[in-house]
Amino acid sequence: MIQVHNLSKTYNNGVKVLNVESLEIPKGQSFGLVGNNGAGKTTFFSLLLDLIQPSSGHIINNNVQVNTSEAWKPFTAAFIDESFLIGYLTAEEYFYFIGELRNQNKADVDTLLAKHEEFFNGEILKSKKYLRDLSKGNMKKVGIIAALIGNPEVVILDEPFANLDPTTVNRLKKIIKELADDTNTTVLVSSHDLVHTVEVCNRIVALNKGEIVKDIQTSPETLKELEAFFAV
Amino acid sequence: MFKHFIWLEWKSFLRSASFGTNLAMKIIMGLVALYFLACFAILGTTVYFILDKEGFEPLQTVNKFMIYYFAVDLLIRYFLQKMPVMNIRPLLTLPIKKGTIVHFSLGKTALSFFNWTHALFFIPFTIVLLIKGYGYQAILWNIAMFALVYFNNFINILINNKDAVFYSVLAVFAGLGLTHYYNIFDITAYTQPFFQGMYDTNYLFLLPVLFLIAAYYFSFQFFKSNLNLDEGLAKKSEVAQTENYTWLEQFGTLGTFLKNDIRLLRRNKRSKTTLIMSVVFVFYGLLFFTSSIEAYDNPAMKVFAGIFVSGGFLFTFGQFIPSWDSAYYQLLMSQNIPYKEYIKSKWWLMVIGTVISTLLASFYLYFGIHTYLIVVVAAIFNIGVNSHLVMLGGAFVKTPIDLTTSKQAFGDKQAFNVKTMLIAIPKMALPMVLYAAGYYLFSPNIGLLFVALAGVIGFLFRDYVFSKIEKIYKSEKYATIAAYKQKN
Repeated sequence: MIQVHNLSKTYNNGVKVLNVESLEIPKGQSFGLVGNNGAGKTTFFSLLLDLIQPSSGHIINNNVQVNTSEAWKPFTAAFIDESFLIGYLTAEEYFYFIGELRNQNKADVDTLLAKHEEFFNGEILKSKKYLRDLSKGNMKKVGIIAALIGNPEVVILDEPFANLDPTTVNRLKKIIKELADDTNTTVLVSSHDLVHTVEVCNRIVALNKGEIVKDIQTSPETLKELEAFFAV
Repeated sequence: MFKHFIWLEWKSFLRSASFGTNLAMKIIMGLVALYFLACFAILGTTVYFILDKEGFEPLQTVNKFMIYYFAVDLLIRYFLQKMPVMNIRPLLTLPIKKGTIVHFSLGKTALSFFNWTHALFFIPFTIVLLIKGYGYQAILWNIAMFALVYFNNFINILINNKDAVFYSVLAVFAGLGLTHYYNIFDITAYTQPFFQGMYDTNYLFLLPVLFLIAAYYFSFQFFKSNLNLDEGLAKKSEVAQTENYTWLEQFGTLGTFLKNDIRLLRRNKRSKTTLIMSVVFVFYGLLFFTSSIEAYDNPAMKVFAGIFVSGGFLFTFGQFIPSWDSAYYQLLMSQNIPYKEYIKSKWWLMVIGTVISTLLASFYLYFGIHTYLIVVVAAIFNIGVNSHLVMLGGAFVKTPIDLTTSKQAFGDKQAFNVKTMLIAIPKMALPMVLYAAGYYLFSPNIGLLFVALAGVIGFLFRDYVFSKIEKIYKSEKYATIAAYKQKN
């Protein structure tokens, strides 16, 4: 589904923040990206969404080269951070707005929202609050569900577990696992939290200073291996 | 302690996102500022002689209009003067007394441009008074005037963000001005003796000084008691209402964007200020069409007025496309957005704004059908030509807009800035030249026709311009995203 070729990103000051020679993510995989701060996780996702320009190489998403064509947009959805939310809208208005851009009618969006009512924990819908006034955790919930609108084939979530309460983390794991079980959907998740990532992903790639240092299929030993790698 | 504050201020000034990014604009703004400074200083020096020559007693005449001088000063401050923004939140947990923080924040405003420019008028004027033998009382008068300037400074801080208070004050002064103009009631008959008293007596000047001390005291108390994260520095959240605007759905994707833009305009402090400015612009034409100012009383200037009257919204809103969406530009760029529909939606919004302004301006019919036709052809020109120019300019602006800026007690009001006006100037020149050409070569009506024709021709290029703008959006995409990520 996603192929990475000689991808690198170097900033003006000469610092190379990402350098991935080759990476292939097959369709339907749930792909976990782990690493410390500055490892290049968000940079990789930003390149995948064509929000920044690669210094060399390119990414192919479902046969579309992302930095030259925009044809990847209809089947790719992402939530990176709060800048993906429109602060002056209510949650419902935001979901419908995204829905309309993804050719979903109101009923489609409502069905999806109803399915995730538990995840919202009664704090999002009909809360009479604009998104800018929600807490960080609740913003995150809105962003994650909005990324699921329109059954995208590629779902990208940057640090989805951060800022969420323990109950919501477990509910989110359930949602991601469901997506992972769907062979049509490729899920890409990044996290600092090894335990969460191992639990929901069937493949884990560890980044360190922009380079891939581990690429493993999840097995009972994966967590130990990763913990050993990140141990001080 | 103050040494540290000043160090912080200096760093924040040097490192602010807007500094140095656009050197050319900085230089032009510097020149404009110099021009205004020179005007003020020349006014201060010559006003005595002008008034004297016209047979007025200079000081008494100046005092007569002082009430309006200070009212206008307050108006300008309310819209343009930035509040004492010091990044206060991180200081709260440091071992600094609250009083010190507030004193510094308030003291900083004393050095503002909006205070010391007055010196350029008052000091030369006072020096002339002294030379002309007005005696030491002229200095007392000068002290009183400065006390009032600073009084305004702190009043502005106190009423900042209290739109209700401000607009009632504005309404009172506008009413007084109108009743004065039509000789119904002359407020200056009562205020002139007060200002004159600053000179005539040796003690009355203490009154403004006391006002100033009181205003400072209240500002200090107000900020000190509000210096908590849950009060003065808290974000106020309002009860949200869901508006679906289902009738817009018939327009497809265009409707989706229009819906969002209407919400954007209605729900953010920053954009609301834009709406208010547009209404103010409608009345701007009064200065021109009433023939009250000699320099404005010529055909070209009337078209200039017409452009502003009908295009207030177009200019104030349009110049910041797509910056209005800067907060969530990354989202838009990762969605399947048809650029053309996005641009079209903004364009329609400007067209609707222009039409509403033109309808609001129908009271200019009072000055004759030709006057109103000037506004109407200017509106056609605005829609046909200026809307495109404004959006082309906006595509390069890349200033992130914080829609919620004035949400905080110490927020800064930048909704209406000087840069805005500068970018707008070239868009005035063309219709003025066209109208003047028609007016002098043929007849006034031919002049109108020229301007309208230019608008219609511009309109024919709409799709071409839209695809140009689309190309700019695409080629500037990475730079724009990077610029919008920088927050002040």
